[in-house]
Amino acid sequence: MSRFDWLSELLAQLEDEHVLVQHGDARLLAPAHTLDLDAEDWSSVARVAARFGCRWAGIWADTREEEFLIRACLVYRGDYLVLTTRIPLRQPVLTSHTPHFPGANRMERHLQDLFGIALSDHPDSRRWTRHRAWPEDRYPMRPDFPAGGEAPKRTPADSEYAFTRVLGNGVYQIPVGPVHAGIIEPGHFRFQAVGETVLRLEARLGYVHKGVEKIAVGRDAAGLARLAGRVSGDSTVGHTWAACMAMERAAGISVPPRALCIRAVLAERERVANHLGDIGAICNDVSFSFAQMQFSRLREDWLRTSHTVFGHRLLMDRIVPGGVTHPLTGQGIDALLLQNRALRSELDTLEPILDDDPSLEDRLVNTGVLSHADARLLGATGYVGKASGLDFDTRRDHRYAPYDRLDVISPCLQEGDVAARVQIRMEELRHTLTLLDTLLKQIPEGAAGVPWPGMTTGAEGIGMVEGWRGEIISHVRFDDNGRVARYFPRDPSWFSWPALELLIHGNIVPDFPVCNKSVNGSYSGHDL
Amino acid sequence: MFRILKQGLRTGVVTEAVEPADAAGLDRLGVELRRTVHARFGRSLAIRQVDAGSCNGCELEIHALNNPYHDIERFGISFVASPRHADVLLVTGPVSRHMESALRRTWRATPSPKFVIASGSCACDGGEFGVSYASCGAVENVIPVDVKIPGCPPAPLDLLQGLLGALRAQAGVK
Repeated sequence: MSRFDWLSELLAQLEDEHVLVQHGDARLLAPAHTLDLDAEDWSSVARVAARFGCRWAGIWADTREEEFLIRACLVYRGDYLVLTTRIPLRQPVLTSHTPHFPGANRMERHLQDLFGIALSDHPDSRRWTRHRAWPEDRYPMRPDFPAGGEAPKRTPADSEYAFTRVLGNGVYQIPVGPVHAGIIEPGHFRFQAVGETVLRLEARLGYVHKGVEKIAVGRDAAGLARLAGRVSGDSTVGHTWAACMAMERAAGISVPPRALCIRAVLAERERVANHLGDIGAICNDVSFSFAQMQFSRLREDWLRTSHTVFGHRLLMDRIVPGGVTHPLTGQGIDALLLQNRALRSELDTLEPILDDDPSLEDRLVNTGVLSHADARLLGATGYVGKASGLDFDTRRDHRYAPYDRLDVISPCLQEGDVAARVQIRMEELRHTLTLLDTLLKQIPEGAAGVPWPGMTTGAEGIGMVEGWRGEIISHVRFDDNGRVARYFPRDPSWFSWPALELLIHGNIVPDFPVCNKSVNGSYSGHDL
Repeated sequence: MFRILKQGLRTGVVTEAVEPADAAGLDRLGVELRRTVHARFGRSLAIRQVDAGSCNGCELEIHALNNPYHDIERFGISFVASPRHADVLLVTGPVSRHMESALRRTWRATPSPKFVIASGSCACDGGEFGVSYASCGAVENVIPVDVKIPGCPPAPLDLLQGLLGALRAQAGVK
């Protein structure tokens, strides 16, 4: 199947709807294709694309003199199509994609809060990322807004957000957060419950908004890679890789095969570490502490080896623009291979214990079910999508190097419950260990990186990788001096947070922790 | 059930008596920590962790303090769910402006004597994020800080050492 063999069919359907595609480009953001559109066609394109079966994967803006350049990303059969339109800075109005792609809801409101772009036809007019750190009529991502803020004073608590109320006899609210009871990130959850049953859950995020997009501006390539590594600390490899991939495509440099292979080793090790931690934590949330102890032990072993071989337990800053920091010696390869074998044997013992435990089954099966239809509407990726019948994996379907020469197996289940999400992670652990073996045994000779070139043009690029949570997309544009002019990292959590609100529906309040952990959205990666 | 018992026996106690990789030694550190905790707080030290804007890297390593290798509870140190039960606030992240009020309120809710540990480079000096329209930077820009544990993120052993430093600092002041 060749790339973009479906595009002519989509274009034909657009033509039937009298949508004028001004210009298509296969090189500007390669391997993605771009389509330039009139702003008035923005909504029609979304309608046709939704009917066509595209997944909506993000929207972001960029300022170009007197205009906003708006981009939305669609995915079909592992191909990326970036829609582009321009609207004037003086009157920035655009039609919303949310009526056709519900997963667009919050990212469009993020765009509205940070850029001051009004989205007409958006079903939800409330702010999202903005709390009270800046006034309603000011927009931090506009060039006239200083990165340091405009005389910032103490920021009051965000107390006036209008949560949707459920009315009825015996309905009550439970406000949770932003400071949670455990060692986790901050955010607010508003439950509307009757008895123990959750009628509605609404998340209020944005508490860890750190201005990532704004403070990225003006950085050099190495500085952006460091920042990308801290978009979401648990996905430091995934985000750094996506950002570096975008920068390298912008700069037109090719990364040596050895470096690509080591990047994949790092990414797969990050996947294993997080899956180990989360499987244990999910079991712990239903009081099966045996599994928590066993899996946190395995995770610690894994992190220690990462430290020994790569010099960092979480593998931060190991990927740099042009390559990787560690060339990986024969000794290191042996240590990693040995650990793969050890972990496989541990899983052989532990997996049947988890599979056969009746109380675990009782708590996890049919808990927190995300239907296939909902997962599809939201555009969930990673284990959340895979457990609900969405068979997509960036490594397998987009086939970026070095996965293009590997046999990536991606599990998929239909049940959509907590048990299915655990099962997907368990199977991913197995497949990842096999992938790691293959990668480590065929590491190509050569350099672990190339020097970063000086850049003179306003080049831009896009990067897509399969992080442990799912698909990560990054867009980077450089200015004329080779400094970053725009960085937008799109974490998969944008779509798994709304999924959590749907899958908790009808469950009991005490099952919220296990449902939440089974999805494990990133607050930091989402709040930016 | 038998398989669970067998696996438990097979694994044995992995909690580290000695940390050969580091001269400081987890156990020696732990014993010292326990003595200081006893002297200072009678029996135990209750920590309320507050993520005030971190990337979640610091939280992963704080979690690791509870894994069977480190088992921090054996030293009388436990993580509690409410600031009202806490002796220590362990704060991570640059303080995002959106968390500024929540952090202040958490600090006010913690009974005295209390002390605050800024954990991780961002909490110590703003780290990669610094001060911006969205970030207040270091924790000390928002609430008084007693001890700083640098690192991105600090490893579990760094955290234990930092806790010990915090207790010593506190003992020295009072």
